[in-house]
Amino acid sequence: MSKADFFKEVREQKDYKKAIEMVPYAHFLGITFNETSEGLVFTLPFAEKNIGNPLLPALHGGALGGFMENAAIMHLMWTMDSLALPKNIDFTIDYILSGRPKNTFAICKVIKLGKRIANVQIEAWQDEQNNPIAIARSHFKIFRT
Amino acid sequence: MMEKETDRVYMIDDPEIKKQIIHRSYTSIPHSMALGLEFIELRRNVAVGKLPYQKKLVGNIVTGAVHTGVLISLIDSIAGLSVFCALPEYESFATLDLRIDCFKPSSPNQDLFAFAECYKLTRTIAFVRGSIYHNNEDDPIAGCVASFFRSGKFHSFLQSETGGP
Repeated sequence: MSKADFFKEVREQKDYKKAIEMVPYAHFLGITFNETSEGLVFTLPFAEKNIGNPLLPALHGGALGGFMENAAIMHLMWTMDSLALPKNIDFTIDYILSGRPKNTFAICKVIKLGKRIANVQIEAWQDEQNNPIAIARSHFKIFRT
Repeated sequence: MMEKETDRVYMIDDPEIKKQIIHRSYTSIPHSMALGLEFIELRRNVAVGKLPYQKKLVGNIVTGAVHTGVLISLIDSIAGLSVFCALPEYESFATLDLRIDCFKPSSPNQDLFAFAECYKLTRTIAFVRGSIYHNNEDDPIAGCVASFFRSGKFHSFLQSETGGP
């Protein structure tokens, strides 16, 4: 079975854990996700290794950015028919609040799903969803199959 | 008369401070340690880092390419370090925003290098540009721009309970 077919099965079975295991970097960060009434919600559980400044302490900005980028790719993979991995074209992140040593959540919104390009907006928060710690937007090259 | 760029003070010119910054970068940033980030060059306005290829950082298991999220983490770290290389003395700063442009996927089994230059330092903001490449700086995998807010307070990065200048 090819990786694409395997992912299709994972997606049909809604096996969120297996989907993450297929992406080594997502697994390394410890990302999890599940489906709620609001759509897919991604979680970056607190882990010592994702700290950037231990004295504040604060989450590493790169770990937060990496988490949000992962969320966008997985969101596209989960919601599009295509089984081809979207390719990042650009990613812009605005840091609003410093990330505290606790769980971080992210939700993605596909602003435009074109034939070849997708524009995705990602919001990350900790305590309250309407109080984001970072917002990002990203363009992806997508491949319709 | 305007202060000439070469006249101003760079804390990185002090070999002891430079040593401390490198030491702290290796030992006090858990996420950089988890990634296995190496800091290979620090000079006025410029920082260069290296991220050895590791299977745990892969984004595409078919091609073995490193996840683009890793590139964000790598350049975020090195961009921040380049701000230290531009500052006259210790102070704290926070990342305002960061943009990364991905030119091509990274190649499997090859180490990544990140170059960042703080090309403008104003009283409140540090502007940084950078790139990521394998062997050849002129053939980048990704480009980046970032801005940092100088919050001005004395920074604890170098001066913690465990010592420092």
